[in-house]
Amino acid sequence: MSSTANFQVDVVIPTQTKYLHLIGSIGEHIGKDLETFSGDRDALAYHLNLVLTEATTNAIKHANLDDPKDTVRINIDIQDQELVIRVYDHGQGFDLETIPNPDFDHPKEQGMGLFFIKTLMDSVTYKNIGDCNILEIRKLLT
Amino acid sequence: MNIIEEKTNGFNILFVKDERIDAHNSAELKDYILHMIEQEKVNIIVQLEHVKFVDSSGLGALLSGFKHAEAKSGKLSLSNLQNQVLSMFELTRLNRVFEIHTDLKEVFEIDN
Repeated sequence: MSSTANFQVDVVIPTQTKYLHLIGSIGEHIGKDLETFSGDRDALAYHLNLVLTEATTNAIKHANLDDPKDTVRINIDIQDQELVIRVYDHGQGFDLETIPNPDFDHPKEQGMGLFFIKTLMDSVTYKNIGDCNILEIRKLLT
Repeated sequence: MNIIEEKTNGFNILFVKDERIDAHNSAELKDYILHMIEQEKVNIIVQLEHVKFVDSSGLGALLSGFKHAEAKSGKLSLSNLQNQVLSMFELTRLNRVFEIHTDLKEVFEIDN
């Protein structure tokens, strides 16, 4: 089996939901082509599509609405053992710890996005650095 | 969003022809379903054969339709889910909320 070289994908998009398909598709392609991943690559492809879509939606929602030229940067870093997604926004930010998991007995229309990210990936952090916030998502590829 | 509405065997069937339901088009799906319910079309089946991807906002749009239909003593159910799409309902336990049918034939047989 050939090994996948370490590589990065770096994309900057306007804060518009019409670009979600593009970002999700990048994740889908990366998942399907990740030859070093021994698990279910179709499932990984869907999960990366979903997580990138949710994280980018979240960044667009929290974007600086006063600035029509605001952008969201998405960086995907693929290494041998780990895939790291970093989504940068310039909005107000939020506290990841205060967002509860969905109440499965009383399902609501909102609040499932971060649940997907937390459940399908291995770690999630959200921090403020200078003039932007970074949502960092890690997925072990072993 | 590419949607086709048909009435068959007393059910209002909504064929979603887009491959993807995400935050870009889910509001349109939600509004479409709510408009149907306002018109007293409260027994709805959403046929998802063509849908390869659904995100949390897509699930939310369908859940909204489900709740509004139920409030009017109707029912919104789903059919023809692709495996990966079905797994999103399972992960959020929404498969316990919605009736999920293999295909439309199964819906009509149960109804008879």
